[in-house]
Amino acid sequence: MPVLMPAQDDAVLKRRREIVRALRNIVPGEGVIDTEREMRPYQSDGLTAYRQIPMVVVLPHTTDQVARVLRYCHQNGIKVVARGAGTSLSGGALPLVDGVLLGMAKFNRIVEVDFANRVAVVEPGVTNLAITQAVEQQGFYYAPDPSSQIACTIGGNVAENSGGVHCLKYGMTTNNVLGCEIVLITGEIIRLGGKHLDAAGYDLLGIVIGSEGLLGVVTEVTVRILKKPEVARALLVGFPSSEEAGACVGGVIGAGIIPAGIEMMDKLAIHSAEEFVHAGYPLDVEAILIVELDGPRSEVDHLVERVAEIAKLSGATSLRASTSEQERLLFWAGRKAAFPAVGRISPDYFCMDGTIPRAMLPRVLLRMRELSQTYGLRVANVFHAGDGNLHPLILYDANQPGELERAESFGADILKLCVEVGGVLTGEHGVGVEKRDLMPVMFSQADLDQQQRLKCAFDDKGLLNPGKVFPTLSRCAELGRMHVSGGQLPFADIPRF
Amino acid sequence: MSDNYKPRDHKDIEAAVQWAIAGAKSLEIVGHGSKRMIGRPAQYDATLDLSGIAGIILYEPQELVLSTKAGTPLAEITTLLASNGQELAFEPMDYGPLLGGAQGLGTVGGMLAANVSGPRRIRVGAARDHFLGVVAVSGRGETFKSGGRVVKNVTGFDLCKLLAGSWGTLGILSEVTLKVLPQAKAEATLVVFGMNDSAAAAAMAAAMAAPLGVSGAAHLPDYIASRFDDLDGAEASTVFRIDGLAASLGDCVASLKSAVRPFGDFATLNEAASQRLWRAIRDVQPFWANGPCGDRPLWRISTAPSKGYEIAAKISPASQLFYDWAGGLMWVAPPVTQDCGAGEIRHAVATAGGHATLVRAPAAVRASFDPFHPEAGALAALTKRVKENFDPKRVLNPGRMWAGV
Repeated sequence: MPVLMPAQDDAVLKRRREIVRALRNIVPGEGVIDTEREMRPYQSDGLTAYRQIPMVVVLPHTTDQVARVLRYCHQNGIKVVARGAGTSLSGGALPLVDGVLLGMAKFNRIVEVDFANRVAVVEPGVTNLAITQAVEQQGFYYAPDPSSQIACTIGGNVAENSGGVHCLKYGMTTNNVLGCEIVLITGEIIRLGGKHLDAAGYDLLGIVIGSEGLLGVVTEVTVRILKKPEVARALLVGFPSSEEAGACVGGVIGAGIIPAGIEMMDKLAIHSAEEFVHAGYPLDVEAILIVELDGPRSEVDHLVERVAEIAKLSGATSLRASTSEQERLLFWAGRKAAFPAVGRISPDYFCMDGTIPRAMLPRVLLRMRELSQTYGLRVANVFHAGDGNLHPLILYDANQPGELERAESFGADILKLCVEVGGVLTGEHGVGVEKRDLMPVMFSQADLDQQQRLKCAFDDKGLLNPGKVFPTLSRCAELGRMHVSGGQLPFADIPRF
Repeated sequence: MSDNYKPRDHKDIEAAVQWAIAGAKSLEIVGHGSKRMIGRPAQYDATLDLSGIAGIILYEPQELVLSTKAGTPLAEITTLLASNGQELAFEPMDYGPLLGGAQGLGTVGGMLAANVSGPRRIRVGAARDHFLGVVAVSGRGETFKSGGRVVKNVTGFDLCKLLAGSWGTLGILSEVTLKVLPQAKAEATLVVFGMNDSAAAAAMAAAMAAPLGVSGAAHLPDYIASRFDDLDGAEASTVFRIDGLAASLGDCVASLKSAVRPFGDFATLNEAASQRLWRAIRDVQPFWANGPCGDRPLWRISTAPSKGYEIAAKISPASQLFYDWAGGLMWVAPPVTQDCGAGEIRHAVATAGGHATLVRAPAAVRASFDPFHPEAGALAALTKRVKENFDPKRVLNPGRMWAGV
């Protein structure tokens, strides 16, 4: 699929052999890959519709090597795309034909687990789940749990500010990371935060998290770890309409209850999942909710009762509360298998990722049904209902001429709809290349310019992951220009005192 | 002598900044001025009073979201939220009496510009973690927005985080959107008596490692504890707060008791006493300007929770101090000296990790010893470049955080 990336730099490509040699001097042995066959595994990430073999792949294993690679690239005007496990769903790690692909997989050590301060210090190539595995013997865990947590790395989580099903109560990556070591494109190494809670000076850590590889390369991460709740229980509730399911979500939160997670699935998603994993989902309903409550046992038991009452008042036609860990996991099994389950009933699908104010759900679902008819494509809905994060799955067949394009237009319409009702383009998958050209739907040119000025402060030559996030890249010199209007006294009628 | 301007709307703010740029003037950005004494003292050409940019824009309790103009009094917002059983969960402190001002002042914009939190920060995060969206005016006189009104949002750089804690040096907040949460229905506090600072650090780590959602953990040495009517007598007191449902509070307190039993004798405070105590801890009442330590300088130190008592051991024994955030936040009132303790405190913090802010000191001291944590090398250069890209002519609170920023 064609996507307009920054114009390739022929001068750089002509120097390819010299560049490879220079990189081999920095990262010796097998750390530099330059044959097309060996580079092919790096040509795309989780958004496989976009592919590009990079100019060269570099796999450093020390911070010093990262610093020297970046300094070399900065001095020589060479673009750099950093990559963790390559699970991005938005093309955040899509390589560039004239760029270095900097793979961080060798940074796979747990540096320190510090229970007294409830933090873990890890290298960026450690997987999300491996952090929990390193601390769970003492009863701790790392809270953000993106569905790719077996494979995705914490470095990628930092780049994308990854979420998961428990964000409503426990926050996203940005709320659970306390510190980072970052290498700037100049090769300078800075440390932001640490084991303490508040930033000194500007909260640059808060900016780097979610910056999609445009500001620097993370070489170490300090995360907060939490004690596992004493107990978690889930309710599986069926509703005759998604409106009633939505009302139930509002009712629960309005009653002052913050569940660990609330997931909604629509009929197509329920049936696909049930056929796949036999989780015992009711099939005669239009929507189900999975509501999970965690905490001290007496609190959880009390809240399960309260949620059950609210669900009944909201029109629930079926309701089960888990009484064992096995049953709770069974409720989740269908939800967790929803994407592959939909994959069984359609040759291809797009997973969208907008967020809306919860109350807008009925309106958005109705409009989505209309769009589904207009485009002649089915859509299954999986929804982090607690925080308003929608994952519509658009079903299509890439082998049917025109279906891919129709699916893309359908997806774009859904995201525009999210913004129209007060929501946003992406809740947890990132902008990447996928939603890059939709950014003006949500932001004015002035908004985008100010974001790009921040990039200029980190990366004046625009070498880090260009072509992602921003639809047009402006030169820092242009962005720096001031347009001052006049200088006449504007205070003529502002009250003075 | 500086001019004072009070913008009535967003357009006025833009006009004020454009005027400053055109005339190479500097602007002091102020809400109610409750934190005006924090930072480097500077001469500004004009003061921009944002308290007129006030009013709630949107409040949807079921959506857990509130949008408001930035000059809205914080007190108005907390009252509105409380009437719906909700709150700002990060428990923002009131700096007023600490700095010699009145209680209950402060705007929501000032709270965010200073990233102000309180004891519950250890469980729910800081102000920045609840700051969902913003409309601001940069030092270029241009309006920009970032974020939105939903919690789960990764669309573009998160400028809310950058603006939180930037003390008005990068942009003037005009409209802000916050995540709000249900108030706890009930609370109780457990007091463990007689621990020294290092034992208290271990006890607080043990309590935080219990799956109870402790929402406050502080250690008050004897000379501090004795100033609280609700704490018995003259023993050091390490205090733990549990909040949650009335139905399950008793069980949680019982579990907490088993977690802290190895550390000493304890007592339980009732709800009213608990609320009084945590409000006083939140607002750093032992060091209020009108109290016995009111003439002392005051430092706020953020460090790893297990490192606090190591810092305490390295500074003047005549210092008075207490710990919040399970040991990770220290309020330190050193004796009055020429540098207000800057030398030894900065040295101790450099070894332990973290940072220190001189919150209260005479202007002359704040002018000679950086009140904000000094930065060096690549980080200091990056900070300057960030400032330049938001405020190239340095018209917004220039020099308040550091010289040249």
